[in-house]
Order: sequence, then C-alpha cells, then structure tokens
Amino acid sequence: MIRKRLVVIGNGMAGIRAVEDLLALAPDLYDIEVFGAEPYGNYNRIMLSPMLAGEKQLADIMLNDESWYAENGIKLHLGNPVATIDRRRRCVVAEDGTEAFYDRLLLATGSNPIMLPLPGADLPGVVTFRDVRDVDRMVAAAGSFKNAVVIGGGLLGLEAAGGLQKRGMQVTVVHLMDTLMERQLDPVAGGMLRHTLEERGLTFKMPAETAAVLGTSRVEAIRLKDGTEIPADLVVMAVGIRPNIDLARSVGLYCERGIVVNDAMQTYDPRIYALGEGVQHRGKTYGLVAPLFEQAKVCANHLAMVGHARYLGSALSTQLKVTGIDLFSAGDFSSSDATDDIVMQDAARGIYKRVVLRDNRIQGAVLYGDTVDGAWYFRHLRAGTDVSALRERLLFGSSQLGDSGRGGGGPAAAMDDRTEICGCNGVCKGTIVKAISEKKLFTLEDVRAHTKASSSCGSCTSLVEQILAQTLGGDYSVAEKVRPLCKCTDYSHDDIRRTILEQQLKSIPAVMRFMEWRTPDGCHTCRPALNYYLLCAWPGEFVDDKQSRFINERAHANIQKDGTYSVIPRMWGGTTTPAELRAIADVAEKYAIPSVKVTGGQRIDLLGVKKENLPAVWRDLNAAGMVSGHAYGKALRTVKTCVGSEWCRFGVQDSTAMGIALEKMCWGTWTPHKVKLAVSGCPRNCAEATIKDFGVVAVDSGWELHVGGNGGVKVRATDLLTKVRTPEEVMEYCGAFLQLYREEAHYLERTAPWIERVGLPHVKKRLIDDAAGRQELYARFLHSQRFSQSDPWAEHATKEVEAAEFKPLAELVEA
Amino acid sequence: MNGWIAIGRIDDIAPLGARVVRLPGGDIAVFRTADDRIFALADRCPHKGGPLSQGIVHGDRVTCPLHNWVVELGDGQAVAPDQGCVARYPVAVEDGVIRIFLGASEAALT
Repeated sequence: MIRKRLVVIGNGMAGIRAVEDLLALAPDLYDIEVFGAEPYGNYNRIMLSPMLAGEKQLADIMLNDESWYAENGIKLHLGNPVATIDRRRRCVVAEDGTEAFYDRLLLATGSNPIMLPLPGADLPGVVTFRDVRDVDRMVAAAGSFKNAVVIGGGLLGLEAAGGLQKRGMQVTVVHLMDTLMERQLDPVAGGMLRHTLEERGLTFKMPAETAAVLGTSRVEAIRLKDGTEIPADLVVMAVGIRPNIDLARSVGLYCERGIVVNDAMQTYDPRIYALGEGVQHRGKTYGLVAPLFEQAKVCANHLAMVGHARYLGSALSTQLKVTGIDLFSAGDFSSSDATDDIVMQDAARGIYKRVVLRDNRIQGAVLYGDTVDGAWYFRHLRAGTDVSALRERLLFGSSQLGDSGRGGGGPAAAMDDRTEICGCNGVCKGTIVKAISEKKLFTLEDVRAHTKASSSCGSCTSLVEQILAQTLGGDYSVAEKVRPLCKCTDYSHDDIRRTILEQQLKSIPAVMRFMEWRTPDGCHTCRPALNYYLLCAWPGEFVDDKQSRFINERAHANIQKDGTYSVIPRMWGGTTTPAELRAIADVAEKYAIPSVKVTGGQRIDLLGVKKENLPAVWRDLNAAGMVSGHAYGKALRTVKTCVGSEWCRFGVQDSTAMGIALEKMCWGTWTPHKVKLAVSGCPRNCAEATIKDFGVVAVDSGWELHVGGNGGVKVRATDLLTKVRTPEEVMEYCGAFLQLYREEAHYLERTAPWIERVGLPHVKKRLIDDAAGRQELYARFLHSQRFSQSDPWAEHATKEVEAAEFKPLAELVEA
Repeated sequence: MNGWIAIGRIDDIAPLGARVVRLPGGDIAVFRTADDRIFALADRCPHKGGPLSQGIVHGDRVTCPLHNWVVELGDGQAVAPDQGCVARYPVAVEDGVIRIFLGASEAALT
C-alpha cells in the first residue's frame, strides 16, 4: 500500500496529541512530517508555571522528546516555521525553503500572546508568558533584578506573578478590571483571592491601565494612566492570547477570530484539518488542554478514515496552579432573573461556594478554599442533571455522609504528600502527584491505571480528580454521557443500549460487528456489560453467554481470595426453619466447610467451599428445599425484614410477609448491579430500609416507598418516592422501579449513582406521574421474570454439560 | 515423568474458556481463544496469586478474577502499567489432542 502523506504544522500539545491518537488507530496509514517553530520536542505547556516557579525543569515537562519522533518514523523540522502553503500543489513551504507535500494537512498553530501596543513595549526586559524561551528570560531576570510588574490579573498573569515571587522578586500586578480572574471568578471569590495573595506579599494596582513602558536601554518602570510610576526591571504582559491565524488567512482559509472548523475539525479546505487554540468551533475558541485533547481525538478519528466522531464543543472548568490556593470555577456564573444563586460564605475559614442554577440545572460554579466537590459539580453541569432534589444540600457536595476509606477529607491542596488518599490500595498524595507529572498523566483513567488510586471502591475519586486538576490546571474528565464503555469502542453505554434496540441486535458478536468494535472479542469490561444489556433487551430470546459472565455468575458462587468459593442459600425475607438449618449444618460438616457466617443480609454464608464440591453442595441444599441466594450476582440479593405486626408490639403492618412476597416476585432478576431490598414494619425502621435500593417502611395508613439508598462505600439515604395503601401497589411500584433501573442504568451502576445521574424528578415522572407507563414497566418486569426464575443450582445438578466448569481437565500426580 | 503429556482434547475447553490441570506443585491453567489456539500458564496471577483459569478470556489475554490484572497468554506478562510475569508451558495440539510440556521431575499422568 502506498502511504498517504500527513503534514502537521505546529509541534505543540494539541497537534502531537492528534498524531498520537492517529498512530494508535492507524499506525501505517501515513508518512508524517511535523514542522515546529520552537527548537524543542513537544512539551507540556501547562507545566510552564511550575517551571517558572522552579518546581520543574524542561526535561520534566517534555511529553515527546526527539527520539519519540524517530521511533515512530516521523520527520521532524524543529525551529523551522512554515512560511506558506501552496494549496494547489498541496505543498507546505518552510522559512528555510524546505518543501513538504501532503495528502492531508493538519494546522495546529496555536495562539500568540497579546502584546499591548504601548510606547516602550519593545524595550529589553518586556516579555510575554507563552513558551520556554519566555520562562528562560524571566528566570534570568529574576536572577539579577528585583522589581517585576505583571500586566494582567487573569489566570496566566497570577501564575507568572506567583512564580516570579517564588524566585525572590517584588511583584506588582496591574489589572484593568476590579476583580481578579474576572472571567472565572465573581467579585467575592476574586476579593478573597486578592486578600490571600496580598498576605503572601504580592501588590495589586487595580483597576488600573498601563499607559507606557519607561526606560532607555532596558525597561526601568511603567507608568499608569493616572500618572503613577512603578519601578520595573521586568515587565510580563499576560493580558491574553489570540488565535494564530496569520498563516491560514494568508493562504485564503476562512477565518473569523480563529480558523473556522466543522464538527470533524475540518477547515473550509477539506484536505486541511485544524485544531487547538487557533481554531474557532461553533463560534467558540478554547485555551485549555481538556477541550484540545477532545478535538485531537475527533481529528485523529477522521484522519484515520474511521470518520464517525464529532466534536460538539466543551464545557470548561478552571483551576489556578498557585501552590496552596484552592480555587475552582466552571460554566457560566453570571446571575440573571432566570437564575438562582446558592451561596455559602465562611470568611473565617476562607471558604466561599457559589452555585448558579437555571431551571434546576447547574449553569456555573465558583469555589474558593474548598474545591473537593468541583469535579462533582462539573459532572452535573455537563450532564445537565436536574438537581432539584439535591438543592438543600447542594453546597455540601457529594460527600457529606459517612464515606469510608478516604483519607483525611477536606481540601486536597492542604494535604501533605504523605496523606493517604486511597484507603483500598494505600496510595498517598505524593505518589499521585509524582505519577501525574513524571508519567505525563492527563485523565482519571490514567491515574487509576498507573497508581491504582480510586480504582477499587472509588470513594476517593473526587480527591484524585482534585489533585489531578490542581496539578494540571483544569479538569480533564470526559462527561459521563460521552464516556466510552471501554477501550474496545468509542460508544457510550447509552449509545450501545439504544442501538441494540433500534437495530434489533441479539448477540454479542452482532453488537460488536455492527458497532465496529476494535477488538475481536471485547474485554472483561465490555463483554459482561453487553451480555447484560442483551439479556435485558431480549428476555426469553437472548441466549446467555457464559464466557462473558464474571466467574461468580458463571460458577453461581463467590470467589474468595484463596480461589475457594462461598455459598449462600436464599432465606426468604430472612426467615428459615429448623429443617433448613439442619441441612446447612449437615452440608458444612459433610464437605468440611471451614467457616459459617451470618451475613449482613439476614442469611447464612458457607465460606471456603472447593470449586469441585459446589455441585454436590447445591444438590444437598436443593434437597432440603433451598435455592440459590444469588449473593454472587449483579442481581436481586436480599430482602431484609423486621418481624413486623405479627410479633412486634410496635409493628403496624406485616413486614415479613411483604418482604417474602417481594422476594418471591423479584428473585432471579439480573440487574445492572446488585440490588438489595428491605421492609420495615413501622417507622422505627429496624430493617434499615432507608439505605436500600428499594426500601419499604410501613406506616399505619399503608407503606412508604423509598429508593436509591446505599450502605456501602458511599452512604446514601434513600429518597422518598411515594406512599401507597395496599401491598399490591407496593409490588407494582417495586417491579416498575426495578425495570426502569434495569432499562436505564449503566452496567455496574447502582441505583444510588443512577438516581443522582438522572435525577429523582426523572424517576418520579416515570413512576408517579405516568401511571400507564408504570404499569407497562411492571408488565415488562414480570414478563422478563418468566425467563429468569429458574434455580441455577437445580439446573446445574441436572445438566451434565455444565460439569466441565467444575472438574479439572486432568490430574497429574508425582511419578 | 516429564516431556510432552496429553492432558485432554480441545473440545473439552469452551472457546474463550479455560480448564485446570492439577499438579502437586500447583495448578496449570489451559486457555482456549476464540480462534481455537491453546495456551498454558501457571494458575497464579503475578499480583496476588488469583486463579487465572477463572478469569474472562479476551483476544490473547485473560483478566484475573480477583483484581482485574490482565495477563498476556502468549508470554505470561502482565499488561502495562502493571508489572509481573507468570510461568508458561509449551503447548502442542495434534488431531484435537492437547499436550503440554513439563520439565524434569514435575509430574506424570495418572
């Protein structure tokens, strides 16, 4: 095959990220040539602030050094800006006369810092803050001079000021507006920031406008419009960036503020793509790394001729990278008649939080002093979640209840490097920060893969996101809606579920073929998910794929750390009989089961069963009338009950009978994640129904129905769904709720995060407001139950074909 | 006894499945890929000793059921960024019969 030729103009983060993504998709499609104006490989521009502050060296912030280009067969032209593009001959001409022909061209020319046209602006000692050369100049100045003036009180200006101050200079910040970082902060947060920075020794002149730079052979001072003169040996202009469109415009590509591109990142010349800070997409330009990487992914997808990805624009969040300052901002936080402000201000603790809502959805957020929930707000902002049910506790964030296993709590910026962040895997803050900068990590997934932090129970996720954002200066987690199911596909859970129904896909290979999976038979993440989605979509039709089940569901028992299994028979509503207990005791002795334990769900667990004994154990338990408890499955687990009105002097309804009836209806159902029910006989709630997925609490006049509770890693009390009068209604709402969860939640998403994602109002709309819809859901649940209520233990005992699962292939003994 | 030892037939293992060969010194996991290739590895994940034979097989890899480490069936290496390696055994398939090669004094067939 003759390779096509790809020329990339611009050797920065966006362009090279697109090349990396392209190489991953189609390594042999192109001969690639890259032109860069700077004399270095690709470095991490957001690390220029730590470099200025002396926390990093150039070598620390290199993303792709020159050997990377060589290893990937990329021809690299360094320090050689492109002079023009001959679009008819499809040829790029560099300033030194080098020519490079292309089939596809990628423009990643980035942006230029704005240089104010002040008198004296061309004096030595006046710099911008954009690249390594600027940092070198500032570091040199800091070594021999004392006074610095930074013009511009935005993100970049403050980071420059912080870095220069760390290098021992006296720094004055001149800002045109009366609020620092006015694009990211409201006046209150801006004021708090100013106060903190002043305490650290920075001086501010604001609002103030610079009139002239003064000096003869080198800058000596600046003069403001009001006549004030400020001595300055170094002037840093950090008043903003402007898309670099000179080249594109000179060759006739259509530009407005930036180079205009469509959703495929294509310019008006279809052979020429563009991305990064230089482009304008749907009227917006972007200057943060997160959207640029999203653009790179889409661009690579089209260059690789896969051609289905679209860039739809990005919501942005910002984090200031000045050591010890905790500040987060996202979205649009301007107030109007149509918006509501929810505000908390605690001056003594230095904490300010403001969340702006429009139609009960988060439109913007500003956090100062405590940003641990920044990523959480940002997720809701991008997902457009209806947060009306969360309003009263919105400002307390996602973690006000008893989360377990996350070190310390509070803002991550205040933690020292030895603080344990991830209690499951024993990962400290310092380890995470080190991995992010040394291994060039940009996403939560990267951090999970390299450090294991947040990869187990997930309770420390917000802390890890916060550390990531502080280290990188912004949030780069992709919105839940567009997050791919796994690395085998670009499609999200919702895309896949919808396509399965629309295209009538009825097997795992059919889904993988139609949706163009990148792997021949998926992976451990997507196969169980697809198996569940198909099972849910086509009850009675889809043939369960055993090899796509996690071992616990394949063996109908829970694997333990030593490779043995645990067995839990069902005890309806937590009730048992002497005969059942006797049978359990006999089984435990007969098979020398080392441990017998009462579970949290009112059942009995037999632990340490050898795999080859499982069929015999089941047979004996079956013979005593017991069936599988599905304690191993993403399925209905227990229905916990209290004794209720039959015995209890407080009980107002027969909660035990209600629990048994619910369990008889629901057992055997497969669900996105495990599901636990409980029924309490009075509001004393001894069955702890308000931390269950579906909890029923008896009251004198009927039953309260509660949903979305969770007692695990992240304690979440239920939301009250409604109150009903009769047991029949309890059954109907329960079945309908479980079916809605089965049809809408993502695989491995429990009811609590599902409800937080879609919002309680959505669930209420489907189950309360729409009675006909509720009955249809209930009918679909009962229909699917017709195919799922066969005891897997009894099936195993009768089907010889399954025996292979439990017997060794061969036994070899010593000679 | 050592050398090449017949342990069963290819049809005894489901596609994308695995079976165990029991040895006094520890189990060997024998895997079958979707395209009917057979691999044999010690049945101990390099991470915490989980039984790889109980994992999900995908492509030329298996995912350990205990903590989701992914191990290459071909060379026994953990997939980056995890690091570790598990012993592998040569496998030959002839007329549907699977043989694995065991070193000296390891075992004999019953």
